[in-house]
Amino acid sequence: MGGVQLTTIVARVWRGVATVFLVSLVLLGLGPADSVAAQEDGGEVSGSLLQRNDDGERVGVAGVIFRAFDESGAEVSSTTTAEDGSWSMTVPEGTYDILLDEQTLPEGVSLRNPDKNPAQVTLIDGASKSALFPLGEAAASSVGGNTVIQLIVDGLKLGLIIAMCAIGLSLIYGTTGLTNFAHGEAVTFGAVTAYLLNSTGVFGVRLHLIPATFIVIAICGGAGGLFNRAVWRPMRRRGASLVAALVVSIGFSIFFRYVILFIFSGRAKRLRDYQIQEQWDLGLFRLAPKDLVLMIISVAVLVGVALALQLTRMGKAMRAVSDNRDLAESTGIDVERVISLVWICGSALAGLGGVLFGLTESINWEMGFRILLLMFAGVTLGGLGTAYGALFGSIIVGLFIQLSTLVIPTDMKNVGALLMLIVILLIRPQGLFGRRERIG
Amino acid sequence: MTADSSNAQHLFDGVPFEPGTSKNDPILVADNVRRAFGGLVAVDVEHLEVQRGAITALIGPNGAGKTTFFNLLTNFDEPDTGSRVFEGNDLSGVSAYKVANLGMVRTFQLTKSLSKMTVIDNMRLGGTGQAGESFFRALFPFMWRRQEAEITERADALLERFKLSHMRDEFAGTLSGGQRKLLEMARALMVKPNMVMLDEPMAGVNPALKQSLLEHVKGLRDEGMTVLFVEHDMDMVQEISDWVVVMAEGRIIAEGPPASIASNQAVVDAYLGSHHDSALDLEAD
Amino acid sequence: MDWGAIVQNSFRGFIGEPFIYFSLAAMGLNMHYGYTGLLNFGQAVFMAAGAYGLSMAVVTLGLNFWWGLLLGIVVFPLLLALIMGIPTLRLRADYLAIVTIAASEMFRIIARSPSLDRWTGSSDGLTAFANTFYDFNPFDKQKRYFFGLFIGNQMWVVLVGWIVLSLVALIVWMTMRSPWGRVLRAIREDEDAARSLGKNAYSFKMQSLMIGGIFGALGGMFRAIGTQSAQPQNFITDVTFFAWVALILGGAAKVGGPIAGAAILYGILNFTDVFLRQLVENDYIPESVMDGTQVGQVRFMLIGLGLILLAVYRPQGIFGTKEEMALDDR
Repeated sequence: MGGVQLTTIVARVWRGVATVFLVSLVLLGLGPADSVAAQEDGGEVSGSLLQRNDDGERVGVAGVIFRAFDESGAEVSSTTTAEDGSWSMTVPEGTYDILLDEQTLPEGVSLRNPDKNPAQVTLIDGASKSALFPLGEAAASSVGGNTVIQLIVDGLKLGLIIAMCAIGLSLIYGTTGLTNFAHGEAVTFGAVTAYLLNSTGVFGVRLHLIPATFIVIAICGGAGGLFNRAVWRPMRRRGASLVAALVVSIGFSIFFRYVILFIFSGRAKRLRDYQIQEQWDLGLFRLAPKDLVLMIISVAVLVGVALALQLTRMGKAMRAVSDNRDLAESTGIDVERVISLVWICGSALAGLGGVLFGLTESINWEMGFRILLLMFAGVTLGGLGTAYGALFGSIIVGLFIQLSTLVIPTDMKNVGALLMLIVILLIRPQGLFGRRERIG
Repeated sequence: MTADSSNAQHLFDGVPFEPGTSKNDPILVADNVRRAFGGLVAVDVEHLEVQRGAITALIGPNGAGKTTFFNLLTNFDEPDTGSRVFEGNDLSGVSAYKVANLGMVRTFQLTKSLSKMTVIDNMRLGGTGQAGESFFRALFPFMWRRQEAEITERADALLERFKLSHMRDEFAGTLSGGQRKLLEMARALMVKPNMVMLDEPMAGVNPALKQSLLEHVKGLRDEGMTVLFVEHDMDMVQEISDWVVVMAEGRIIAEGPPASIASNQAVVDAYLGSHHDSALDLEAD
Repeated sequence: MDWGAIVQNSFRGFIGEPFIYFSLAAMGLNMHYGYTGLLNFGQAVFMAAGAYGLSMAVVTLGLNFWWGLLLGIVVFPLLLALIMGIPTLRLRADYLAIVTIAASEMFRIIARSPSLDRWTGSSDGLTAFANTFYDFNPFDKQKRYFFGLFIGNQMWVVLVGWIVLSLVALIVWMTMRSPWGRVLRAIREDEDAARSLGKNAYSFKMQSLMIGGIFGALGGMFRAIGTQSAQPQNFITDVTFFAWVALILGGAAKVGGPIAGAAILYGILNFTDVFLRQLVENDYIPESVMDGTQVGQVRFMLIGLGLILLAVYRPQGIFGTKEEMALDDR
């Protein structure tokens, strides 16, 4: 991508103008975590998270979360850094991945070696170990008051990704009535496939992320079509109830998720390309070039989908089937073909969403499931079964999640979105764009 | 028009045959009831009164808004504007289940016999004010056993009357379509209603059972209940109704005894407008 | 291969602690889904309510064990049922499904959050809150009981568990033969029909959600007592589906269905667990294919597969009949 070359130059210029400066946001007003009594046969993992301020002094970064995962991927402990940046966790004997939750880093602070996060630590005989997480030079951070705009930009980015993933969920629901709980696994599958192609490499060849993404889209679309053909079409033919279908989709969600865990392991991983990029300081907010590209791709895809739904024959057929399946069938629309296409396109978009999400954060075996719940929030907010509703709902959810960090700790930001889901159902169950349905 | 259908005709003495007219003793009154789906206005009724103790039929061509209006009257749907008053009780914002407890009970176009429950359990369910329907009392059978016996006795008597006794302990799912209609009507009577609302009671019933169903409906009136039904079957309308209300495009366009309706120009136009076959027999389907 | 250990562990699964936790949770689901038709995909949160109700009362708030019981069995599950039920019980069935699964995720995030460490213990959880329970233990801690399956403390947990399980089964059996249970079944079949007969469907659904939730909370509380710890990862979203598999396996809308289902499920899970571990340890399965930590992941795959196969091939479960209740109704 030639654009990236240019963007790096622009970033350098910006960096030259900017001053190096540390924002020490104390995100958590609750103070240091209580010390935990030492467990038998355990040891302490500890460290200090330090950052150079503009006078060149090394000062602690407070409020950053560390988590320890055992070899099965289960989280065994977590802690928050104190005012002086120190942290420690007591864990039983064994080997652990110590993960620094990058989302909890203050604005403008990033890891010097993001690919060394998580760090692996082995504890034997109650010994203490320390884990180092050097922080990079913070590219400039704009002076106060612009956090809201920064959060809005981040929220838009997240919302666009959720929207891309949610289109398939919404269209499948619209055309078949199925709430597909396994849709999140399509997202994970996309991200994991991209990781295999880009970072691990297949037959010794590590593809660049851009061609890899196209392959991911094709594979996910194909897998979605196959999934529909092998499982859902026969179930529709048998006239299976929606509850049975719901349970089957949950079964697949769990099954796929743990197969991915089995193969991919519980460790969070990152894509090879576009790993470390310096952010541009645009005065009001900061943005990495990849994020801009990502947002442009998302908008282009979403506009494309909207136009296709509105203008093409197939798009019109999809909307007709969503509206009234029997009526659509009687006007000569091949409903099964429409449903097939919905599965293929929906899964392909979910796979692309997975790659984009993997680009902004790390890739792990249950990322899709987490996003699924945000999709539900978005789709419900917009109105279940309405294509455009899903789009706007998802963007609002993304904004809400990021903006909610102004009042709640960052690691709990998704709670806000899920809470919003409940509140929406309470006051406007049909969503913002849905019609009032007959309800008891 | 057969002779016995004029049984309750005297209740309508002096009532003019025009839409929205007031009745001598209305049990149910609807005012300015309007309901739109999206941009489409399904129901827009200015005024309707339903005469107590009579059988009133609600008819109209397809898409006239009969079923929507029916759902609004029984509070299974909430209108956008307007009020419905049943026996002096304003139904606005009242839950559907409370309407049943006020004495108005409805049936459904697609019968809702509870197919995985036995016929007798279906009937017992209709009993109102059951002590055993509280979770805590449910744990102490002596607190509800006697009432249960009374309810069962009443249920058995009704099953006898509706000729369903032989199916008493079968799952309701094993009943034929007509039997389900009978069961639903019998179950509605367990509520001891003043007014019974029937949504297409003849839909899907074979001709052999039709006559007995008709007799049962007339029986309800003879016991002093008010009946309102939505129907496509004009034989039934002609044979048992005392008063007919005709809807078209969401509005009430005519009212009067069955005989006056067939010759009403507005009605003929409404049916002709939506159907190209003969309007005279008023067969909507 | 140690076949003795395999047989012993499978049998332990049949009647042991996890069987108790999950048959209680599945009995709650039976109340929700089997009798009322509610799709609760967040039973794990009700379990967590029981576990955290007790442990937070004792550890965080410093109350005694009995207040903990009140909080864990009554206060927490009822609040939870209200929060999840009020917005959704008036709506179509899948809304409750979405909200309950969302509640599981909310629980996970909140319980793990280090910022709330002083209340919840975050991912380490809370420990040592059930000493009062073990004070009443009549068994000798050093001895083994019941064919040598349980040591003293375990025997005490299992014995109390069996008693509570029987009581809950009795309550379900009694209420389902009462008019109250009849209304629930009517709502499962057709809510509008129940409403047309003057039944407040919303209220009955809420009652069902609360009572089934309390059963789930009992299950979760036993899990917390049995291990003397309440930890977030014991109540993650997927835990709910262990109870679902138990319910569908045994047959929904049967009093004994969830109990039989949980017994069979844990018999199978423990068998495969031990069997696979032995295969790995004895190098019948090479390290490159599967190592010890991956054995635990296999049980989740089995749960997923179990849900799929049951829903498709045996929706009425092993002991249920299609006439009365099957997953593919409606």
